[in-house]
Amino acid sequence: MLDRREMMKRVGAGLAFGAMSGLNPLRALAADTVTLPFENGERPLVKYPQKRLMIGLTQRPPQLETPFSVFNEGPITPNDAFFVRYHLADIPLDIDPDKFTIDIKGKVDRPFKLSIKDLKKMHATEIVAVNQCSGNSRGLFNPRVAGGQLGNGAMGNARWRGVPLKAVLDKAGVQSGARQVVFGGMDGPVSDKTPDFAKALDIDHARDGEVMLAYLMNGKDLPVLNGFPVRLVVPGYYGTYWVKHLNEITVIDSVFDNFWMKTAYRIPDNACACVEPGTAPKATVPINRFNVRSFITNVADGAKLKAGGKLLKGIAFDGGTGIKQVAVSIDGGQTWKNAELGRNYGKYSFREWKVPVKLTPDTRELKVRATSNGGQVQPMEATWNPAGYMRNVVETTHVTVG
Amino acid sequence: MKRKALLAAGASGLVVMLWAASLATVGARPITYKLPDETAAFKPGPNLDVVKNNCTACHSADYISTQPRGPKFKKDFWKAEVTKMIKVYGAPIEDADVDKIVDYLAATY
Repeated sequence: MLDRREMMKRVGAGLAFGAMSGLNPLRALAADTVTLPFENGERPLVKYPQKRLMIGLTQRPPQLETPFSVFNEGPITPNDAFFVRYHLADIPLDIDPDKFTIDIKGKVDRPFKLSIKDLKKMHATEIVAVNQCSGNSRGLFNPRVAGGQLGNGAMGNARWRGVPLKAVLDKAGVQSGARQVVFGGMDGPVSDKTPDFAKALDIDHARDGEVMLAYLMNGKDLPVLNGFPVRLVVPGYYGTYWVKHLNEITVIDSVFDNFWMKTAYRIPDNACACVEPGTAPKATVPINRFNVRSFITNVADGAKLKAGGKLLKGIAFDGGTGIKQVAVSIDGGQTWKNAELGRNYGKYSFREWKVPVKLTPDTRELKVRATSNGGQVQPMEATWNPAGYMRNVVETTHVTVG
Repeated sequence: MKRKALLAAGASGLVVMLWAASLATVGARPITYKLPDETAAFKPGPNLDVVKNNCTACHSADYISTQPRGPKFKKDFWKAEVTKMIKVYGAPIEDADVDKIVDYLAATY
């Protein structure tokens, strides 16, 4: 934890240096900006170690959004383009994987410390799964709400390799009466008055065999800003549960009620997780599974296209039932044409799709709508909630055809 | 879990270095990650010193500058945000400073 005086010193040094660093190649790159499609949406493109140029949302703690063109490169999001989200500014910058241990404790028969070396000796599994920030696309909410003003780039799909949490819990021997498992990471608050970041899952969910302690991402070590050396992977669930730099696993016999579970990351307790814009929900529950979403990835909003045949391409995903169908409309939603789905990497992965359409000079809007195997369909009108979570409206790409 | 503070070396911040274990050796080497320098700054405005003293310990200025703008995001909006910082995140802001900070935010962003 940094005390305020030290923090101010560090900030001061950074600012002073910034003013005289005209020859810094990184600064030159940072001069480039992008404008996300909402008011006050101008963002710098920034270069961080282990990352390509990313959309900079905040600097301390660092929050980076994936440029949307990355999602047209393939169904797997490269590590160097994967989004970054921290809550609290004391993030681990010096990490020794040989000394790093995960503390497994609480209502277990055999509490123990698990080193990365020993974790890697356990039976490993792999899963391709999307991680998406609860507030992905918050900047597009209408009316706007406070919080991280993100476009659609706070999501990514990776092949995670690691050890099922179930195996680790079984090794410790969960005691009867256990209700939840609490996860903590190395990152923490600057002030000891700020609630430390920790999240909890119900015991049955934690032992479903899919929730994973992942130490490889797309075959490589996790980037530092994505949770090196190990993070929790909770397939189908919002990123808030995917605790980075995971070093604490505590089994409890109650329902965890810290700020991050009880107050933050709550959604209206109804089927749409929504309320009338501008109103407050009567009851809330912790955010949980993704809803279904889809995007066109090979046409940018505002693009100028030629009349005639065009192959539209994109991605779709949901919270773990898999994608049943994707359809596009080029006439404002009056008629829909089904797309051909691409290779299936599993029910938690991005699913690619493509469909040929015939554009005319009258074509103004391209829409895409996905249906999940669970029967969930993207809504035509955007839903709203006070925290700006879970946007999943049918997205519209505006084009000019000449 | 909170960890001990590890202060990054000060102003020579443009050096971006990373020592990562690249070979499949028995032990992985420690990693030192160097964040780019902080360049986000508060815009000039009334009570700027009060704002800097109270807000920058925990987060950079872009947390503020990226928020929605317009007539609906003025005094009430910023008062709610400052109150959240105090009540939820434990920011040690003195009562006398609250209105000064809100005035700056409403006038500047």
